Amino acid sequence: MIRTPLRPLARILDARQKGQNPDAIERENVRIRHEQMRDAARIRAEGRLLVLAGLFLLGFMAIGARMGALSASEPSEPRAQGAGASIIAQRADIVDRKGRMLATNMDTFSLYAHPQQMIDAPAAIDGLLKIFPDLKRERLEKDFLGKRKFVWVKKKLSPEQKQAVHDLGEPGLLFGPREMRLYPNGALAAHVLGGAQFGKEGVHAAEVLGVAGVEKVFDEALRDPANGGRPLQVSLDLTVQAASEEVLWGGMKLLNAKGASSVLMDVRTGEVISIVSLPDFDPNNRPRPPVEGAPDDSPLFNRAVQGVYELGSVFKIFTVAQALDLGLVNAATPINTSTPIKIGGFTIKEFKNKDYGTISVSDVLVKSSNRGTGRLALQIGAKRQKAFLDALGFFDPTPFEIFEARAGKPLLPKRWGDLSTVTISYGHGLSSSPLHLAAGYAAIANGGYAVRPTILKQPGPVLGPRVMSPAAAEQARAMLRKVVTEGTASFGEVPGYHVGGKTGSADKPKPRGGYYTDRLISTFASIFPAHDPAYVLVVTFDEPVETSGEKPRRTAGWTAVPVAAEMIGRIAPLLGLRPDVTPGQLPGITLTGN
Amino acid sequence: MTEMVYGTVPVRDVEPVLPKWWRTVDKWTISCVLMLFGIGLLLGLAASVPLAERNGFANFHYVQRQAFFGAMALVAMFITSMMSPTLVRRLAVLGFLVTLVALALLPVFGTDYGKGAVRWYSLGFASVQPSEFLKPGFVVAAAWLLAAGQEIGGPPGRLWSFALTVTIVLMLALQPDFGQACLVLFGWGVMYFIAGAPMLLLVILAGVVIAAGTLAYHNSEHFARRIDGFLNPDIDPTTQLGYATNAIREGGFFGVGVGEGQVKWSLPDAHTDFIIAVAAEEYGLVLVLCIIALYGIIVIRSFMRLMRERDPFIRLAGAGLAAMFGVQAMINMGVAVRLLPAKGMTLPFVSYGGSSLIAGGIAVGMLLAFTRSRPQGQIGDLLRGGR
Repeated sequence: MIRTPLRPLARILDARQKGQNPDAIERENVRIRHEQMRDAARIRAEGRLLVLAGLFLLGFMAIGARMGALSASEPSEPRAQGAGASIIAQRADIVDRKGRMLATNMDTFSLYAHPQQMIDAPAAIDGLLKIFPDLKRERLEKDFLGKRKFVWVKKKLSPEQKQAVHDLGEPGLLFGPREMRLYPNGALAAHVLGGAQFGKEGVHAAEVLGVAGVEKVFDEALRDPANGGRPLQVSLDLTVQAASEEVLWGGMKLLNAKGASSVLMDVRTGEVISIVSLPDFDPNNRPRPPVEGAPDDSPLFNRAVQGVYELGSVFKIFTVAQALDLGLVNAATPINTSTPIKIGGFTIKEFKNKDYGTISVSDVLVKSSNRGTGRLALQIGAKRQKAFLDALGFFDPTPFEIFEARAGKPLLPKRWGDLSTVTISYGHGLSSSPLHLAAGYAAIANGGYAVRPTILKQPGPVLGPRVMSPAAAEQARAMLRKVVTEGTASFGEVPGYHVGGKTGSADKPKPRGGYYTDRLISTFASIFPAHDPAYVLVVTFDEPVETSGEKPRRTAGWTAVPVAAEMIGRIAPLLGLRPDVTPGQLPGITLTGN
Repeated sequence: MTEMVYGTVPVRDVEPVLPKWWRTVDKWTISCVLMLFGIGLLLGLAASVPLAERNGFANFHYVQRQAFFGAMALVAMFITSMMSPTLVRRLAVLGFLVTLVALALLPVFGTDYGKGAVRWYSLGFASVQPSEFLKPGFVVAAAWLLAAGQEIGGPPGRLWSFALTVTIVLMLALQPDFGQACLVLFGWGVMYFIAGAPMLLLVILAGVVIAAGTLAYHNSEHFARRIDGFLNPDIDPTTQLGYATNAIREGGFFGVGVGEGQVKWSLPDAHTDFIIAVAAEEYGLVLVLCIIALYGIIVIRSFMRLMRERDPFIRLAGAGLAAMFGVQAMINMGVAVRLLPAKGMTLPFVSYGGSSLIAGGIAVGMLLAFTRSRPQGQIGDLLRGGR
């Protein structure tokens, strides 16, 4: 690059020598430089202006092309998204296994107000308070006399209330159509059905959402218009449910129990025919969930599904059945129950420190010997015991299709050593729900297949994987029958129905550790008819006491067993089971041939 | 010969104003502006009726107002275009200072008309948006500074104009009015580019923007979703953009017919930001392409005429004005066809609005004044052996 000097020094020096003024030369030089600079800038600017013009041309062309493309494409319909229009209020019915109505919808009206359209707001307030004594005057005055333009007053009206409001003649009070969920049987099967409430609310319709039970689990399916309103059929039998609730309620009152539950399950399908938890509630008017106190104090708590308890001796049959299945013993094998078992500093005792001596495996169950089952469990070992109980479903929440079931997670020991093996063999150290227990008994009753409890009606038998041999199950059933005929559950005999079962009376654990001595969970898990079982019935009472004798009696044999027997006597005919009775010789009548 | 001695006709050595104006002004641009204004009135007949109905005025209330303000804008445009560049510069710089003060006082005396941004002065019969008037004045002032910076021994004009730009952009962004702020920044950028921004700087800037964008796209899920959502044609048809797009589709090539359009009833901004959608629905692609062509002609012709300009100030100021005018139109239409993210911006001369009409008239008047043909010393070029 050739560098030109800024000042033409040669010319200036020359001019000075000639005595001329060099300033003119300097000015001329500056002018020339300036012109050159401007020329350079102009040429550069010309190019850049051209670039800009090109960019703008491209931009305008792009917009034009895009306009053309849009014009050539088909318009899409704007979807109406107005509130209310999209609220689908149709909710399918829920029916029992014979198609009888458990939950349906009813047309009703909600009451809302446009306070600025009111002619005489104070009179409207007075009128409303007469019709609805539960409304608060202060709230109505604040809403109606303030600046609000829209106020919900009541969500559901009875026809009489609607007429009364209509008769007020106030144009600012308006009715919106509603479909409300109705449970025509009241509190019957309340814990299964759960309940519903309004979701999105518009003036013309409101969404009905399930909040608990099957209503919540099947909420989407019930609301899905694609199902065409096909009712949801559950496995419950309305009459059996009603009979169970009645008997259980009577038993609970008689025994002064805090709560009670019963589960009736079909052993081949896992269908739950009736499931009761007391105290219960009316799903038409579902109480608010408790904010304080223990959750199981609330009637909303489902003791049969959510409540996990150490259920006690009812577990012994699992230990015995597994020992039989593994071939460790047979029903007649003698077991020493005299010498105490000592594990890690703990001594296993019998109920009331009895000593049964050396007895057969069958008698271990009949007499409910803790030491006997403990010895069997030690032979089985922790690993096999865990696998067996897991296969029966005691390790996970039941797959039962009501919303609360997932809360019923069994409590397992943190470390499953020999001590746990022994205590779990007679039902302590592992907490499970009565529904878990029913499923476990169903496996013994149906000849050794695992069972998944379900609330949905099944078309035919649904048997899970085999968990024990048919022979072991058969022997276990015979022992369960013996418990009733000659053991702790003698009140459980129902003429003609061959009840078999096992009692369990477990001391309730204290919240801070240790066990109460006078508070029990009394359970009777039964199968009937024992020679060809069709159903499992588990009846549980929370803190029952039977006071007809000299001393208060709390064990299952005196509490749960008689109630269960009464229940079986009531429901077995309803279930279509024929009593197996040999007709006695009637006096004065002789059977003769034709 | 006789005339040379007796009674010579006194000839003024200065050419009369109007003939000179007619001879030198860019008649193409004037015609385009007049046509745009006519189209604006025509569309106003359709687009502003729902607004008038909502506000309880006669059906064509806003068309009358548009015609009134339009006449004022055209008068302003003609008067401005007759001025000499020097006079334009002086008046524009004075006007710029006044509007700058007005902009600064907005938070004290301004009103937001319930729209959340304080941008207007309420004068009772009309509202004035100072930022609309600020833009042309700013372009001239910045061009003046940039041009002065190119002189030997001149002031550091680039730095000063940059500082001025940043100040105004901040003031606008605080209102907040990001659309106008971007426009001002863009106008200055164009002028800086013409005034000879170093190529290296431009390349670095472009590189940084691309790198930052790529980085953000890959690292920020939020940013990526925004971009994807913008590129993705599936938008909710119940939004303003959805209605606008649908209207353009509905219109097709020849439109649904005068007054038959529906979109003006659903779009609250049908008479301003989305007037192009009304045009597309009622008159079809034909009119839309016409409008685009008119804006294109104005901008590109102005650039072409400025290429011959020797005075750096005139070149810069003219380029800045033309670019701002064109970009405003491009953003408005680009939003309606979803080439650009949503930004409220009026379509110059077509959208309804008093401030924007008159300010637009003044701006185009200035542009016309700058693009008038004047001797450019081509003889000198020839003498020095061409370029």
